[in-house]
Amino acid sequence: MNENQSNHGALVRVENVEKIFHRGSEDIHVLADLHLQVPAGEFLALMGPSGSGKTTLLNLIGGLDRPTKGLVSVAGERLDQLSDHGLAAWRARHVGFVFQLYNLMPVLTAERNVELPLLLTHLSKAERKKHVDAALAMVGLSHRAKHYPRTLSGGEQQRVGIARGIVTDPTLLLCDEPTGDLDRKAGNEILDLLQALNREHGKTIIMVTHDPHASARATRTVYLDKGQLSTEPVK
Amino acid sequence: MKFFHLIWSNLKRKKLRTSLTLLSIVVAFVLFGFLSAIQQALVGGVEMAGADRLIVRQKVSIIQLLPVSYEARMDRIPGVDFATHQTWFGGLYQDPKNFFMQNPVEPGKFLKMHPEIILPPEQEKAWLATWTGAIVGRRTANRFHWKIGDKVPIQSTIWTRPDGSRTWEFDIVGIYDGKDKGTDTTPMFFRYDYFDEARQAWGKGQVGWYTIRIKDPSQATEVAKRVDAEFENSPAETKTEPEGAFIQGWASAIGNIVFIVAAILSAVFFTILLVTGNTMAQAVRERTGELGVLKAIGFTNGQIVALVLAESCLLTVLGGAVGLGLAWLVISRGDPTSGLLPMFFFPTRNLLIGLGLSIVLGLVTGIFPALQAMRLRVADALRRM
Repeated sequence: MNENQSNHGALVRVENVEKIFHRGSEDIHVLADLHLQVPAGEFLALMGPSGSGKTTLLNLIGGLDRPTKGLVSVAGERLDQLSDHGLAAWRARHVGFVFQLYNLMPVLTAERNVELPLLLTHLSKAERKKHVDAALAMVGLSHRAKHYPRTLSGGEQQRVGIARGIVTDPTLLLCDEPTGDLDRKAGNEILDLLQALNREHGKTIIMVTHDPHASARATRTVYLDKGQLSTEPVK
Repeated sequence: MKFFHLIWSNLKRKKLRTSLTLLSIVVAFVLFGFLSAIQQALVGGVEMAGADRLIVRQKVSIIQLLPVSYEARMDRIPGVDFATHQTWFGGLYQDPKNFFMQNPVEPGKFLKMHPEIILPPEQEKAWLATWTGAIVGRRTANRFHWKIGDKVPIQSTIWTRPDGSRTWEFDIVGIYDGKDKGTDTTPMFFRYDYFDEARQAWGKGQVGWYTIRIKDPSQATEVAKRVDAEFENSPAETKTEPEGAFIQGWASAIGNIVFIVAAILSAVFFTILLVTGNTMAQAVRERTGELGVLKAIGFTNGQIVALVLAESCLLTVLGGAVGLGLAWLVISRGDPTSGLLPMFFFPTRNLLIGLGLSIVLGLVTGIFPALQAMRLRVADALRRM
């Protein structure tokens, strides 16, 4: 069953999307005739078994990949029609990513990691510092700004990852299994943070997760199986 | 500049690997500096040679002498402005390793022939007025701490005085400088009339070679033929050639210096290219995931290429600058052979070429890893984190 919602106020629109990967002579159909709409300010959880296409869908919405067929639109911008350069510029302005394994640069301190997206803006050094300090304060890590990732705990590294994701105040925050590598306590701290960003700051969040405990924090959950979306869990 | 920290941090990632690569680049550019100085010392004279000067030597060998009477005949040859002579003295000062050239000359004509030698007028006057007077170049004067008024004994290995002694005493009446950096200021020149009168019978009235100033440099070949024709079938036939060709001939006796230097440097830089290229390729391979993250954040393909190229160029320019700097420091101390390479210095032109080479090296070694990084698909790269 496909997901259907009203078009009005949809920040993210995915319509008739198909994604096929070509591996040698084999074609792998990951997503098939998929529809999804995400209104602004929603905290959407995307669940499904391994290999169901969750990360693929997230990548399409985040402009990291292009659909084989169909339309992907975010804030009115057709991502499927942008060039590689156009997609990069779009991502820099509109998307923040939070990865399962944090994906921090080991050679940079926490504050330098958070600053990375700001290097693509025209902000001065002083302005960048203000934004970085604000982002680190929001995730409660101002006191760890000068620390390298190897000296931070998993939870702290993920909070740095979230700070990096929000430092440019993006339109969308995309999280791929953000608590997947954390223990329950650290995972809850991350989910508290994401929930706060959504409720208090109105951030639109799409989170891929295996964990029902995590999806319970979202305002809505959809389920992906065999390339198709549903509002009901996969049995 | 805002990306400098990212680039510098990536270079420091594997400190041992970066240090060893940097060291190999430093060594290559130190070698480049030394070879430049040696090449300059051996063939630099060719560039400084006067386009309007010819050298006339004995046809059989330069060590054979020519009659001093040839000078007047040369002055009359069409196309010749005037001629003057020098003779190899072959002297030693205190120790055989203190080598520098000392030649007897005709002071007035010599200075007129060599405007690149700058001698204050009052010192020239003193030279003309002092029978045993000698002028010495600034480099030699500084080396032995000579000053005007000093008496300097030189032991000749060739010329004996009538009393059998080989010790010749000179009065330093002038210290000259060179007009250009490449002018040799190591030789000492003294008066031919003193030399000819004070030497034993053998060689009297004879000189080593002539230098001719011609009126029109474009006529050098024709005038040279005329000079040789003038003395054809005489007991001392001549070989006349432009000064540059004469100096080149000396360098060629050692070998094709330019070719040898180029061959050595090519081999060295090719090796460095492979070493640095391997370092950069490894560095990019290790960072596939991180490059994926940068692309995910919004770094464009062009920015990724620029970051990788900047990293490779920073490595090579740093190594190049240190190597060239070290070479310059050591070369500045002067001729390491104590006199055999008087014009031993690091030409500014070569220093700039060296810096340019370091940038080219960075671009060449970085371009393939940079293109590899550019072609990474973001989704695939992120999976490799």
